[in-house]
Amino acid sequence: MSADLKEKLRAFIISNFYVSDPASLDDGASLLDAGIVDSTGVLEIITFIETEFGVSVEDAEMVPENLDAVNNLVAFVTRKKKG
Amino acid sequence: MCGIAGILCLTPDAPSPTRESLARMAGALEHRGPDEFGVYRDRRAGLAHSRLSIIDLATGQQPMANADGSLWLSFNGEIFNYVELRAELETLGHRFRTKSDTEVILHAWEAWGDAAFEKMNGQWAVALWDSKTGTLVLSRDRLGVRPLYFVEHRGRLVFASEVKALFAGAPDLPRELDPRGLDETFTFWTVVPPQTMFRGVQELEPGHLRVWRQGAPVRDVAFWQPRYPVGDAHRFAGSLEDATAALHHALEEATRLRMVRAEVPVGSYLSGGLDSSVVAALAARAKPSGFKTFSLRFADAEYDETPYQRAMVERLGTEHSEVLVHRQDIAEVFPDVIRFTERPVLRTAPAPLFLLSRLVHRSGIKVVLTGEGSDEMFLGYDLFKETKVRQFWARQPGSKYRPLLLRRLYPTLSVSQQNVELLREFFGTGLETPDALGFSHLVRWGNKVVLTGEGSDELLAGYDLFREAKVRRFWATNPGSTWRPKLLERLYPYLARSPVSQQALTRAFFGRGLERARAPGFSHEPRWHGTAALKRLFSAELRAELGGRDAVKALLSDLPGDFARWPFLAQDQYLEARTLLSGYLLSSQGDRMLMGNSVEGRFPFLDREVIALANSLPPAFKLKVLDEKHVLKRVARELVTPEILSRPKQPYRAPDAFSFVGAQRPAWVDEVMSETALRDAGLFDAKAAAQLWAKCLARKDDSQFSNSDNMAVVGVLSAQLLHRQLVRAAPGTWQPPLKTLVENDAT
Repeated sequence: MSADLKEKLRAFIISNFYVSDPASLDDGASLLDAGIVDSTGVLEIITFIETEFGVSVEDAEMVPENLDAVNNLVAFVTRKKKG
Repeated sequence: MCGIAGILCLTPDAPSPTRESLARMAGALEHRGPDEFGVYRDRRAGLAHSRLSIIDLATGQQPMANADGSLWLSFNGEIFNYVELRAELETLGHRFRTKSDTEVILHAWEAWGDAAFEKMNGQWAVALWDSKTGTLVLSRDRLGVRPLYFVEHRGRLVFASEVKALFAGAPDLPRELDPRGLDETFTFWTVVPPQTMFRGVQELEPGHLRVWRQGAPVRDVAFWQPRYPVGDAHRFAGSLEDATAALHHALEEATRLRMVRAEVPVGSYLSGGLDSSVVAALAARAKPSGFKTFSLRFADAEYDETPYQRAMVERLGTEHSEVLVHRQDIAEVFPDVIRFTERPVLRTAPAPLFLLSRLVHRSGIKVVLTGEGSDEMFLGYDLFKETKVRQFWARQPGSKYRPLLLRRLYPTLSVSQQNVELLREFFGTGLETPDALGFSHLVRWGNKVVLTGEGSDELLAGYDLFREAKVRRFWATNPGSTWRPKLLERLYPYLARSPVSQQALTRAFFGRGLERARAPGFSHEPRWHGTAALKRLFSAELRAELGGRDAVKALLSDLPGDFARWPFLAQDQYLEARTLLSGYLLSSQGDRMLMGNSVEGRFPFLDREVIALANSLPPAFKLKVLDEKHVLKRVARELVTPEILSRPKQPYRAPDAFSFVGAQRPAWVDEVMSETALRDAGLFDAKAAAQLWAKCLARKDDSQFSNSDNMAVVGVLSAQLLHRQLVRAAPGTWQPPLKTLVENDAT
């Protein structure tokens, strides 16, 4: 489940943010620091999570710890789906 | 205005320049000067010229020689103080055959050598060939209004106003895009001279002159650098009233010179903003009847400023013309735009200006004045407002009213009364002696609040990096503060869904590099970093060739010696002028869009005397409390409408990516975005570019395009067009009829 989730997230980020070198997308690295995601990009990620995984992201959950890296996203979505 | 070109033999065995090659170079520059063409050549060097006749229509042909025919000049531009220089030269015994500024340059060089260029007030690119000593001089004006490129190829130096003329003059010159040029464009929004978009080709740096003698480079001299006050040195000593009078005089004179130093009618742009309105008003005074003004209108209301323009027209009584720009117009004209910019752009803003200069050309006008440069000279940046707020508030830290000034400071932001304590924290630190402010102003400003979320794109992409830098520098003084970063949430309300996300994510985004708050480039870092992230679109080959090159590091390693002693804001101003002003505003949005339609632009705010005065003024004169460009507005009171005087500054923008994605888009869009074209150019990863394009085609309206998406689409399209038009297409071969032809195979 987690591996599949990660692949879906990676595929979305690579495609939606046109990353030419997928190997450069470090699952643990900050997407903001890498410049891959900007302010609008965060909204696109949230929309993707809500649409694809059927979770609802609350205001208080919109923090880097949940959204700013592939691994953070995987953990966040996994937690939300369990909850 | 004109086009210049030439060839210099660097080695004894290099073939002499031919009449045909020089004529082709002149032909490639026809748009810059369609009126007359000329060529001079001898065994070692040749000059070419395409003329847009403006001064001394009868006898100003070029290339022009000195009295004994040994010194030859090809000159693009105007020397606005040529009458005064001529008088000075006459007292030294020089005698003149023509009435042109061209001949003045010849005599000035003979009289003063390198120092001649320091004495010139104008906008120029010059090529001087002294056949007696075998000396070639290339020179360019202080801020780089006029372009000049050169390349060494097979023992020859080939130079021209535009790169396309280099290719026309030396058809065997390899035509390749330089990854470093693309690297800089996708960082600074422009290449920074001497770097260009073409491998091997260099751009002469603004304010420089280069000299070759007997085929060898002998010097590269920066004859001008901006100078900012350090302590009391070079600081204006008079009162605000004195400064107002001095600026009024300087602008009036700068405008007058640009009006009278022409034998053809001069018009003016009128954007609806303060700067072009001041220029148009001063110009209209110099020509009370029949003065022509020109404005851009946008079908998209978001970008349109028509009411301000028309109010000003009514006030001035000018003969006014407008061009209404639709998104599809931008797409249709974009290939021409890139053919003239000769570099990729990340915004479409040059395109409407190309349409505007076309209107000017069709109206029979060859010369227009614009307000370009004022923001750089008179601190039209919000960053300076913040400084003033802090100074003022410090006088009465307990005031309930003074925080309300922040509503005026950030009209696009939601600054609520309950945030006073937070803002007090921000503006209450590190304060200096404040200036006085009338209570009535407070009330008026406090009532002019506009609460809206608009403006985030400008915050990230435009002049407002200065505002952002201010916040980040403030935060950096106390990185552990929980209050300071919250100010960012007021600066950047773009995460509309959640104030919580604003807090956390903007903090993460803008918190980068705080430890470098005192380092050069700190203000620009977020913009450069954000733009550079788009380099992820680059192809693997291009990235491999760039290796670990760091464009920012390269730029910051090449700064004036006393840069570190300048105030932060002066440092920011310098970097902005070196990158965005010179390479983008004056080039891609300036000279190239004007000359593409054979129109010369003149910029009173970039007059030598205006620049020197502006740089010498105390910041308080330029930013009086919260009134940006205060001293300029004092000058403007009697010149412009009250609405223009009081309106918030609006950055010039145009519809970007959305211009290219509609069903009616021109065929070229899909052609250059095809996998074949992308692989042929080799600049971008075809798959990544296809993903970007698919994402954008799926967008339903303009609001769905992020700042990054907009820049990415326009950047890829323009780079692809550049490759198609200047790399793949064959160079120009047309040889125009030559009005002037001097050939001397004995020399």
